[in-house]
Amino acid sequence: MISIDNLSKVFHSRDGAKVFALEDVSLTVGDNEFITIVGPSGCGKSTLLRLVSGLIQPSSGSVAIDRTIVIEPRQDTGIVFQMPVLLPWATILDNVLFPLKMLGRDVTGGIVKARHLLNMVGLGGFEQKYPRELSGGMQQRAAICRSLIHNPSVLLMDEPFGALDALTREEMALEVLRIWTEEPKTILFVTHSITEAVLLADRVVVMSPRPGRIAEIIDINLPRPRTFEIEAHHEFQKAAQRVRGLIFGNRDEQQTSS
Amino acid sequence: MSSKPPANFWRRTNMGQDVLLPISVFLGLLVIWEAAVQLFNIPVYLLPAPTVIWTETVAIASTIGNHTLATLGTVVVGFFISFAISLPLAVFMTSSPLISSAIYPLLVLTQSIPKVALAPILVVMLGANELPRLVITFLVAFFPLVIAIAVGLLAVPDELIELGRSLKASKFQELYRIRLPYAVPFIFSGLKVAIALAVVGAVVGEFVNADKGLGYMIITATAFFKVPVAFGALILLSIMGVVLFQVVVIIERIFFPWSAANQENTIA
Repeated sequence: MISIDNLSKVFHSRDGAKVFALEDVSLTVGDNEFITIVGPSGCGKSTLLRLVSGLIQPSSGSVAIDRTIVIEPRQDTGIVFQMPVLLPWATILDNVLFPLKMLGRDVTGGIVKARHLLNMVGLGGFEQKYPRELSGGMQQRAAICRSLIHNPSVLLMDEPFGALDALTREEMALEVLRIWTEEPKTILFVTHSITEAVLLADRVVVMSPRPGRIAEIIDINLPRPRTFEIEAHHEFQKAAQRVRGLIFGNRDEQQTSS
Repeated sequence: MSSKPPANFWRRTNMGQDVLLPISVFLGLLVIWEAAVQLFNIPVYLLPAPTVIWTETVAIASTIGNHTLATLGTVVVGFFISFAISLPLAVFMTSSPLISSAIYPLLVLTQSIPKVALAPILVVMLGANELPRLVITFLVAFFPLVIAIAVGLLAVPDELIELGRSLKASKFQELYRIRLPYAVPFIFSGLKVAIALAVVGAVVGEFVNADKGLGYMIITATAFFKVPVAFGALILLSIMGVVLFQVVVIIERIFFPWSAANQENTIA
């Protein structure tokens, strides 16, 4: 369980000005819940993920995972970034095994798990290839395997499909759903895509910018397993409409007030 | 890291265009050179013909061989000293912005000193032996190497550093497992520049103070108007530069094939 309590983060820019990246955000995420976070640029989505990961510390408030306050990166957290950032000198297999090596865990014992993960995302047979020999989508699949190799209970995904083309993107969204079904985890998934947010989530957290706040949390009561056919579903349309309204309505208000 | 060369090891060697064409152009120029010298009766102390350079150089083959080995020694040792000092220096410099701003101006200062002017002073300070030659070689070769390594260490994407930190990497692990391997292609670009500069540095050192070496040979040969021998030494120096450069290229291809492959498209 992740408990985020009155979390705020202030950055100090070089000219001394304060930037309120995140203000008073509270959210409780249940075990194995799939949360997507959507909002315009500058709403503090990535900051929120980095706070949960323990990479940065809050200015006030707290994040707790399983009742332990996060003060540094935890071994049971996996991260996927927008770019795959694989190690160019290592094979795909070694890239997937990289977290085990860094954490000082049994690397040889992890090979079976790594092969299983690579097979699961359709990269079986690519173990000995180098990252440059793979397409962007395949590299990101490998990066997802890398984030899962040490069996994290929390998976943080920061716009993981942001650099992919639209078709690969849809494929990858279904891939993530499949992985989540096979290996349930608590997932925080940041995205710019409203469709993606609604398709994946148990709950969609809609954020508004300057300062970054939670505008609304929307429950998605759609049956699982889901595919893109669910887009036609009435409930899907309603939820997507609501998210869109919150994001763009907000923007209109700002424009008229300024 | 596999030590096996990649399948495309020889791919770039297109026999027709990449090898035969430059060789025939080169041979053509030699023929023109030879013909021009014969035709216009150019005196040998102004411009010796290729055949004259060849015969006069071959005539003293064993002497010139010893001089070549002496220079080669200075170049290689100076090059290794440059690398051995540049690597920790770059790591140290990139470890904090404070250290970088403290050291970087000093490095730039060492580069603004004309090495040729420094050489005689170093001979007085360090004695008439191999040491000042090595110091000159180092001073000429190390700077681009330090910069290349530092750039490489800082070129790691932020996300990769974050990934390391999220996996609780220590500063040393971050350096050893992420930053240094990431810098390998940059290090090799630096080494390629450094090996060429090391040849220049060694010759400058020999010009000022030496009793052997190809630089010393050029000075003594020209003093006695033995221009063909000086040309022979010059050609040997060029060949040495090319061969050493290729040795660096081959070491990269064998031990870091991924690095060589990444660079193949950008560096000829």
